Amino acid sequence: MWEYSDKVREHFFNPRNSGPLEEANGIGDVGSIQCGDALRLMLKVEPETEIILDAHFQTFGCGSAIASSSALTEMVKGKTLDEALQVSNQDIADFLDGLPPEKMHCSVMGREALQAAIANYRGEEWSDDHEEGALICKCFAIDAVMIEDVVKANNLNTVEEVTFYTKAGGGCAACHEGIEEILAKVMADRAGPGEVSPPPACPATPEAPKPPSKKLSIVEKIKLIEEVLTSVRPMLQRDHGDVELADVQGKKIYVHLKGACSGCMMEAATLGGIQQKMIEALGELVQVLPSSHMPAEA
Amino acid sequence: MEPIYLDNNATTRCDPAVVEAMLPFFTEHFGNASSIHAFGSEVGKALKKARSQVQALLGAEHDSEIIFTSCGTESDSTAILSALKAQPERNTVITTNVEHPAILTLCEWLEKEGYIVHKLKVDKKGRIDMDEYKSLLHDRVAVVSVMWANNETGTIFPVEEMAALASAKGIMFHTDAVQAVGKIPIDLKNTKIDMLSLSGHKLHAPKGIGVLYLRRGCRFRPLLRGGHQERGRRAGTENSASIVGLGMACELAMNKMELENTEVKRLRDKLEQGILSQITHCFPTGDVSNRLPNTSNIAFEYIEGEAILLLLNKMGIAASSGSACTSGSLEPSHVMRAMGIPYTAAHGTIRFSLSVYNTEAEVDRVIEAVPPIVAQLRKLSPYWTDKGPAANPEAAFAPTYA
Repeated sequence: MWEYSDKVREHFFNPRNSGPLEEANGIGDVGSIQCGDALRLMLKVEPETEIILDAHFQTFGCGSAIASSSALTEMVKGKTLDEALQVSNQDIADFLDGLPPEKMHCSVMGREALQAAIANYRGEEWSDDHEEGALICKCFAIDAVMIEDVVKANNLNTVEEVTFYTKAGGGCAACHEGIEEILAKVMADRAGPGEVSPPPACPATPEAPKPPSKKLSIVEKIKLIEEVLTSVRPMLQRDHGDVELADVQGKKIYVHLKGACSGCMMEAATLGGIQQKMIEALGELVQVLPSSHMPAEA
Repeated sequence: MEPIYLDNNATTRCDPAVVEAMLPFFTEHFGNASSIHAFGSEVGKALKKARSQVQALLGAEHDSEIIFTSCGTESDSTAILSALKAQPERNTVITTNVEHPAILTLCEWLEKEGYIVHKLKVDKKGRIDMDEYKSLLHDRVAVVSVMWANNETGTIFPVEEMAALASAKGIMFHTDAVQAVGKIPIDLKNTKIDMLSLSGHKLHAPKGIGVLYLRRGCRFRPLLRGGHQERGRRAGTENSASIVGLGMACELAMNKMELENTEVKRLRDKLEQGILSQITHCFPTGDVSNRLPNTSNIAFEYIEGEAILLLLNKMGIAASSGSACTSGSLEPSHVMRAMGIPYTAAHGTIRFSLSVYNTEAEVDRVIEAVPPIVAQLRKLSPYWTDKGPAANPEAAFAPTYA
């Protein structure tokens, strides 16, 4: 049995706002191919204020799909359409005190139904732009399509890189075989016929950096470090985290991990990824450490 | 309220007599069967007895044809990999597309390794096409592996006939019989089946014990090499307590075979009829005239299986579902899809699997509990109106699929 939170169970056993809504003027019908689940969200919107006066749902789906639908109707009632559009799938999951990773797509379906219902009210055409695949990483709920897209877009070659970009494989590591298969497939496509090579295994030690063409001044160095941090920041912010430079002491770069990043079980993987980028950017071996490791002031 | 367990195709409870037979082998008769001293020889005798008890249930000609393994999956892997290893000139495996993952996942891997796998299709009742099967038997086929009975629907396959056809062409035949053993009579000595897998926990023995039946003379390559246990065909110190338990369970299954096919079957039929007669838009899946006596798989249209299971569980009733959500996989049950059951029904399939421990009172309680649960969920379903399914459900609700 799934480990459902009490709140999920409560919303499943006693769903709010279920059944048809006669006066609905915005209807969103969406389905998740992943699960075969489908959801109809019905909104009654006051035209002058665009406030959602009432919301009902009908769901063909599992316990968490029904609970997510129920939660969604409760969350959007009383909001304006623009406010409602701010509700993310993570917000739905948070409202329910979390969903199992395999079930996160139920909350995605809720968010999509909301977008579709609002588009329907506004007389717009809603089309979904994301595709779901088989769940690969169960620790962080990352599916095959997402991994494949990121591997293609960023020209990734190793499991380690995939972990850095998507988090997939950064937990229990049981999905590394699955990630390697995706890498092998994309790399074979990339290489074209006749040049298929297997993906290299995780390197035990980072490759030796190219010798710097000239020695960097401390100002140049800090600039490069800031550039690297700026480039990784959007990825961390997507997961409600952030990073800031704390200090540079010789070959040691200290950073503050903030928000969801602090105390995250992925901290080591995150720092490892940043370190790899730093080494590439600076052309020398450096260590990236959390600011908590900074030596106490003398 | 006592819980009701109707998920015996998933696993069964150990019979108390099985546990009692096992207990001395943890503390008293703990010896290693390979040892010369008295501690060992006691265990050796017990293993011999268990082997003959398994032999009797399977109708095997020799007790040395019984190889104890750790589970059904190990037996399946051993059988198929052995057939390929022992016959390097043969590169093809024939199986069905409704096998258990123990076979299907192995076959997917074999395909990646360069082997050819033919998966026989099934019709809407889950039956294979014998003409298609015959057309595939050729001299590059190393082994045919077909389940004796399907775990989800209980549908029984004509494995004896299929084995004879394979044998006539000099092709090895393996059957995954984990669902069939103990539920229907088996007499291997009068068949052409070369290898058979069984799993203890499906017939009231503990988990962690299985058997590979290997016909005398069938070419074999072990999966695990090491010590001389099981005549060198499966190395590793014998799991003596569990082997003794399995032997006892096989003897009990022999004695209860008739009960299984009369009383259990009657209760299964009563349950199925009780549900079908009260609920519209539901139907039994598989080949209902040719299936295991304990299994009923019912598709409830327009609702989803996990939701049904959660509500059943709240009533103290345990069953299982072919819905995608209960497996964490992309698709609803591959068995339902193979039979061409539409998504809206495949997601709502519930398997009730009984055992000799179930009672009439339990069946009555389930017959009473199911209709309100189905009604409750249909009220939530976009495919359903207060009068029944929407006039044209597919048109009334055609979501944008992501």
